[in-house]
Amino acid sequence: MIKVKAKKNLITSHGPIRLEVDFQILDKEFTTLFGPSGVGKTTILRMIAGLTDPEEGFIQVDDEVWFDSDRGISRPIQERQISFVFQDYNLFPNMTVWENLEYALKDKKDEYLIDQFLEMVHLAELKNRRPETLSGGQKQRVALIRALLRRPKIFLLDEPLSSLDWELRLKLQDEIIALYNCFKIPTIFVTHDLSEIFKLAHQIFVMEEGKITRSGKPSKIFGEDALSGKFKFVGNILELEREDFLYIVTVQIGNNITKVIATEDESREWQVGDRVLVAAKAFNPLIIKL
Amino acid sequence: MSFDLSPLILTFKLAFVTTLILVVIGIPLAYWVAFTPRKWKYFVEPLISMPLVLPPTVLGFYILLLFSPRSFLGNFLETFFHVKVVFTFLGLVIGSVLFSLPFMVNPIKAGFQSFPKSLMEASYVLGKSKEETLLKVILPNIKPALLTGIIMAFAHTVGEFGVVLMVGGSIPEETRTASIAIFGEVEALNYTNAHFYSGILFLISFAILFILNTINRKTFKII
Repeated sequence: MIKVKAKKNLITSHGPIRLEVDFQILDKEFTTLFGPSGVGKTTILRMIAGLTDPEEGFIQVDDEVWFDSDRGISRPIQERQISFVFQDYNLFPNMTVWENLEYALKDKKDEYLIDQFLEMVHLAELKNRRPETLSGGQKQRVALIRALLRRPKIFLLDEPLSSLDWELRLKLQDEIIALYNCFKIPTIFVTHDLSEIFKLAHQIFVMEEGKITRSGKPSKIFGEDALSGKFKFVGNILELEREDFLYIVTVQIGNNITKVIATEDESREWQVGDRVLVAAKAFNPLIIKL
Repeated sequence: MSFDLSPLILTFKLAFVTTLILVVIGIPLAYWVAFTPRKWKYFVEPLISMPLVLPPTVLGFYILLLFSPRSFLGNFLETFFHVKVVFTFLGLVIGSVLFSLPFMVNPIKAGFQSFPKSLMEASYVLGKSKEETLLKVILPNIKPALLTGIIMAFAHTVGEFGVVLMVGGSIPEETRTASIAIFGEVEALNYTNAHFYSGILFLISFAILFILNTINRKTFKII
């Protein structure tokens, strides 16, 4: 069980905000912190890790108090058994893949784990390569297993997939799920990508302006939206084509391209490149002349 | 005509010892100045750089005063440890270390400051101490800065004159380094000898800087 209570003034790219959160994470739970950039998601991870201290607050993991401003406790980073995966990998450029992993070990006896972990993420052949020769996806895989080699109590991931392309993201999401299922440790995953939440999280905290505004299961949080569509997808308009008195709108949704019919009135407000919601109601009544 | 090689040998012995000491004290000092949040580092920083602007004779004069047998410190060292600083090789080393300090500390400090903080954090979250992070992560990644510091400190000590003359005098095989030997030879109008020492210093200084640039260019791909 992880308890976090923290207050801190932050300067973000959108101006100063007051971070004020109070939440708990149960054992073995995969939690996502979701929200736009500059609302304090990363700061929360950094406070749990000990890289930043709250101005006021309390952080407890299992029965260890890691931070308590009232009692003046702030456990050093090195003594908090966490693992942290950064957005930009942060592999050590002076070490090979294998050396990067070896550096993370707490105990030399765990060395056999390195090869096992490398196998798990299909990187065994690259173990003698330097990080600069790896692709983004490979680097992030190394960073993921490097973090887990520490046998951490919490797994913290700060937008680990955001610098990867879409297909690679999907693949790595699967690998994160597989790794998580292996270790079943409480995990906090920071993201601003909706699709990641549905795939990964048991629990989601939605953050706005330094506060957690909603929390619960992803389906509950995002199922409450007003529109009663049976399905809906967000996509981008690629093309607007006139055909007789109707318009055919080509929309890209993820990797798929679909065509939707629109009237002239509707399409007048749209432009190529617009972000749109494509939705269908439960049924469309059709009128056919007899 | 035979040349006395002892000034050259002494010069390189002094440069070697000075550089070694500077590596030992320069790295921690540069680390402290680069990373400490304490405000009084703003007083220490200019102190380290003082030898860059101060006439060497000023530094030599103060060392002379501080360690003279009549001063408290000089007297104390001589009475209790039988150590003489003024007009000895030890005095030269002390003077050179102080005088070459900025040449070692400043490049390394710049290396530390430009090192990505996120990589240090990555090491800390893996449970590694600051010392281990310094040795295994930071230093191996700032080799060009280290090399620059080492070579500059060495080369600067080789070329030192004012401090050495003030603190060491010109005692053959004890404190008579090449730069002082040149001065002595010119004063005695022995231009052949002066040419000999000068030429060697000239060539060696050029070679050191040339090698430094080559290594930096090839190994670290710095243009």
